[in-house]
Amino acid sequence: MLQVKGLACARGGVPVLENLSFDVAAGQALVLRGPNGVGKTTLLRTLAGLQPALVGDVTFAEGTGAYASHADGIKTALKVTENLSFWASVYDRAVPDDVYAAFDLSDLRDRMAGTLSAGQKRRLGLARLGVIGRDVLFLDEPTVSLDGFSVKMFADWMRDVHLARGGCAVIATHIDLGLDAPELELSPFVAASDARGGTDEAFL
Amino acid sequence: MSMWELANPKRFMGWTAPVLPWAFGGAALCLTVGLVWGFFFTPDDFRQGSTVKIIYLHVPSALMAINTWFMMLVASLIWLVRRHHVSALAAKAAAPVGIVMTLIALFTGAIWGQPMWGTYWAWDPRLTSFLILFLFYLGYVALWAAIDDADTAADLTSVLCLVGSVFAILSRYAVNFWNQGLHQGASLSLDKEENVADVFWLPLLVCIAGFVLLFIALVLLRTRTEVRARRTKALMARAARA
Amino acid sequence: MKALIARDLRLAVRAGGGFGLGLAFFLIVVVLVPFGVGPEREVLARIAPGILWVASLLAALLSLDRIFALDFEDGSLALLATAPLPAESIALAKALAHWITTGLPLTLAAPLLGFLLHLPGPAYGLLLVTLLLGTPALSTIGTFGAALTVGLRRGGLLLSLLVLPLYVPTLIFGAEAVRRGVDGLSPTAPLMLLAAITAASVALLPFATATVLRINLR
Repeated sequence: MLQVKGLACARGGVPVLENLSFDVAAGQALVLRGPNGVGKTTLLRTLAGLQPALVGDVTFAEGTGAYASHADGIKTALKVTENLSFWASVYDRAVPDDVYAAFDLSDLRDRMAGTLSAGQKRRLGLARLGVIGRDVLFLDEPTVSLDGFSVKMFADWMRDVHLARGGCAVIATHIDLGLDAPELELSPFVAASDARGGTDEAFL
Repeated sequence: MSMWELANPKRFMGWTAPVLPWAFGGAALCLTVGLVWGFFFTPDDFRQGSTVKIIYLHVPSALMAINTWFMMLVASLIWLVRRHHVSALAAKAAAPVGIVMTLIALFTGAIWGQPMWGTYWAWDPRLTSFLILFLFYLGYVALWAAIDDADTAADLTSVLCLVGSVFAILSRYAVNFWNQGLHQGASLSLDKEENVADVFWLPLLVCIAGFVLLFIALVLLRTRTEVRARRTKALMARAARA
Repeated sequence: MKALIARDLRLAVRAGGGFGLGLAFFLIVVVLVPFGVGPEREVLARIAPGILWVASLLAALLSLDRIFALDFEDGSLALLATAPLPAESIALAKALAHWITTGLPLTLAAPLLGFLLHLPGPAYGLLLVTLLLGTPALSTIGTFGAALTVGLRRGGLLLSLLVLPLYVPTLIFGAEAVRRGVDGLSPTAPLMLLAAITAASVALLPFATATVLRINLR
């Protein structure tokens, strides 16, 4: 469903990762591992198309990808329902009713997003993924500020809803989500200090 | 070898090193000859007296003020299309030179304006256009200075230069529309009737050549400094990773 | 695109400041002018068109840095950029939302404030028409400036420095048309040119804005 071949990506013009190749099949999640600064966020942004790859190919069907950063993109002056229906209409869809239950937002529907706790906001941010109905998800630290119960809830949604209906996901996280998913350790792919392709290259 | 290879930073440093002293030398020679000839060996104008002699600073600096922006526009386009780093750095290096040229043109114009029009400053279309051009230069330089990442800065300033050029031309037209001016017509044009007299013309040409050479020398020197600064940063970044 | 405009309008209403601040600023500038130049009716009437145009331009400038900065900080800009909405549409939607929350109210308020400055009778209609024609250009040009400075700390001041020179032609043609109306001359030429600038800005600048947005989100 998602193929990555010979990918190298850069942060601030400096190559950070190189020679990455992996496939993610439908119904499968891939968990990215690696110490802080190894380039997980950079890789996810590159996969999502926010920044160009130095070399290599990222292939997935057009109009199936979606990105979630560690910022939630929640508007504090909008209600929970308004936040979700905004994203639904951007993606030309309707908000499915079960998404509130899946992310434990049923009681919070009419609250202003600004009055939510950090964990509740995060759940709202993740609920966006349930609304937009994209198959290939690139998730950057989706469980930050979630308690154990909410982490399990998110993992359940990922396994029983998203992957079950044939979606796939690439997830950068430091905790164990309890998903039956292969892990990819990024440390071996850290770009050599003389790696080519950076914007400084012409000056060296 | 394609001419674009000359824009490779290392090659650029190579071929500009020997060119630089010639450019500075030529500029010094032309400016000395032109200014001495113009100031001391041309007659006073029958209407303007010796005040006319400021033309030898005013006209070349005004020409270069506009042409510097034009050069920045071309360099920005080359960066956006072909992504030659030296091109972006040359545009960055030229901007302060353009600012100084604009200021020289404005100040010499003010000094000339006082005896001729009885005022240092008037909201004449040409004067106003130069003031607006000065503002465009300031914005361009400020944007370069504000952005940390070198390539992002090059991209954003190039787009600004493009959009700015369109609006600068619009402003020139708008200002003409807004106020008819005092300023005389072009000093140099192919139409002989319009030209200043030959005795003033030849030293003026020498002065213009001097300003062009000075511009080339300054931009090359400043671009070389920018290239070195980028190289230092790149080497330090690599050392930090190793 | 509709959803984005609707969201921005709703945010402007809820967060306060959207509609109100620009208008209040406009009013304050117009109130301050007589303190600066004196209360004589003739003087005020003479400078009223220019003051009203400059004041509305500055009021429009005031809210520019909010166009993208808030969305950039809370991450929604990056999410929007990966959504099935081209960056050009985002740029256009943002400019339109800015115009509805700033340009339109300023246009409607300008004749009232013109009354305070003893704006001559024939100028009221022209003031309304020129602002209606010109403020969309102010919003699209401003959106371009906001996109240029979106990632920068303390981008506000730089934004003014970048945008104000770009506002020069719009201001000249707008104010000139009103002045000609006051002097009893035909305002057609500056009006046409003002309309041309607005049409070209709305049609072309969103592409530049989109380019700049993509660069800033890299």
